[in-house]
Amino acid sequence: MTGICIIAGALDGKLSRSSLELIGGARMLQGPLGQEVAAVLLGHGPGLAEAAADLHRHGVGRVYRCDHPLLTAGQTDAVLVAGEQVVRRTGPEVVLIAADTVGRELAPRLAYRLRAALATECVELGVEDGAIVVRRQVYGGRALATLVVRTRPAVLSVKPHALDVPQPAPVAGTVEDVSVAIDAGALPTRVREVLREQAELGLEDAQIVIGGGRGLGGPEGFALLAELAKQLGGAVGASRPPTDAGWVPVNWQIGQTGKTIRPALYIAVGISGATQHIAGVTGSRTIVAINRDPEAPIFSSAHLGIVGDYREVVPALIAKVKELKGA
Amino acid sequence: MEIIVCLKQVVDPELPARDFAIDPATRRQVREGRPLVISTYDENALEVALQLKDRVGGKVTALTLGPQGVAGDAIRLALAMGADEAVAVDDPHGVGLLGVEKARVLTAAIRRIGRFDLVLCGCESADWVERVVGPLLAEALAAACVTFVSRIEQTNGGLLVRRMADEGFHQLEVRLPAVLSVTSDETNRPRLPKVKDIMTARRKPVQVWPMADLSGTPADGDAPGVEVRDVALPERTARCEFLPGDAAAQVAALTQRLRDLKLL
Repeated sequence: MTGICIIAGALDGKLSRSSLELIGGARMLQGPLGQEVAAVLLGHGPGLAEAAADLHRHGVGRVYRCDHPLLTAGQTDAVLVAGEQVVRRTGPEVVLIAADTVGRELAPRLAYRLRAALATECVELGVEDGAIVVRRQVYGGRALATLVVRTRPAVLSVKPHALDVPQPAPVAGTVEDVSVAIDAGALPTRVREVLREQAELGLEDAQIVIGGGRGLGGPEGFALLAELAKQLGGAVGASRPPTDAGWVPVNWQIGQTGKTIRPALYIAVGISGATQHIAGVTGSRTIVAINRDPEAPIFSSAHLGIVGDYREVVPALIAKVKELKGA
Repeated sequence: MEIIVCLKQVVDPELPARDFAIDPATRRQVREGRPLVISTYDENALEVALQLKDRVGGKVTALTLGPQGVAGDAIRLALAMGADEAVAVDDPHGVGLLGVEKARVLTAAIRRIGRFDLVLCGCESADWVERVVGPLLAEALAAACVTFVSRIEQTNGGLLVRRMADEGFHQLEVRLPAVLSVTSDETNRPRLPKVKDIMTARRKPVQVWPMADLSGTPADGDAPGVEVRDVALPERTARCEFLPGDAAAQVAALTQRLRDLKLL
């Protein structure tokens, strides 16, 4: 049993960004452990050739390619069957999985089947005194747990957007096609439909994000935030109460359950600062909080605070930004 | 439909930061004097179970782990909300911190409960956020698995579920038996029990099973492959600077600061 293996998903036809982030994680383990990094590439169709090339470009030499018509968006059961077969055949010591929609189901299930050590939603991976050590956020980001991975094999899942996509480091690589047997009739779940809800454009990649919370009082407040975002060239997101109330789509949600953001500027408007939300924004370089309640917990995570009614502050801010841009 | 809902009791996650503490010896959160609540998404899971029971009939059993006395409040609330029965696994020492360890005990308890079509749990716990209990239960019970489900409909011979996904939603057909983890949306906000429900709940059956009586619990299996070395509170780096004055003055100061930071 040797090697570090990343499960690289190309279930939408192209390599996912979170798969590239795993390469960064694998490199942190590779040097100290002195092990090769390989990838199991799962998907279907002509996009897999480009995905394999993308892995080579980022320094992964050995690619095991699984092309199967059932390896499409959201089909965890098929991914699990294929992943298990390839991993058993190649026998890596460490398997890295992105904790995205499929990966957060895949990691624990694969670990169970392999009787592997399991750590999920890791934000840091490293080697200390020869042992793999991972860190993960707990208690809504209020604390950081350090776990030592004692047994092999180990399945580790990495929280999306916690690691940067590494700089390209091209290698001349190989692609080995691996055939897997998947019995469609034996899979207990089947994706009937993928509903793409209009996500705020690039919430996770935006350099400026405006978040709205319960304090906006209703869906109307988000129109004002959208105008501010437009002026600043940013995206709009929300904490959990507005998405639970149906004011905005669920995939606008920023936080532990929703998206993790790391923008240069995050402006939290009418957000009290529940730990659930804070866990998703702590990576923001500058946090500005606008809230009527000076005691709101959001201020203990913010760099700049404005105590006031957003209905006055936000329009004034929009006007001021317009004025500065016009000048 | 026979539904089992797993509920975890946690220290109220919205407790002020000054009341949050980790005991370095046990690496567990200090609970003494802190209010305990049902972990956020577990309540949504219970709500989804109750709505399903209201539509298609059946029975909802609430299942929780914890030392006797502590488990009582979660059980009482679950029964008041409408669960039919409850089981508490009494573990005087507290099950290990990790989801792998908890899933083993829950699996043993579910096997002892016996018949089930559906097991629901929250998509993550408010404290350890591993998101593993549902998938591990599914594997151990040889059931279908979907996580981050917000809506469930019964269909001919199975379920149609809505899963929150990175790009929107997935609609999935799911065979029974199944283990689903539940996330929140506008359709599954936990109901508030009425006084009458709280009274009725007192007469509902609660079983307390000593952990030692369950087979397949962590004492019988391998130790988990990972070990918790420490749980640390990060140094707070942000110090909030409040911008003074009326809205105009605040906005002027803010835009100036943003320009200094080259954000404008």
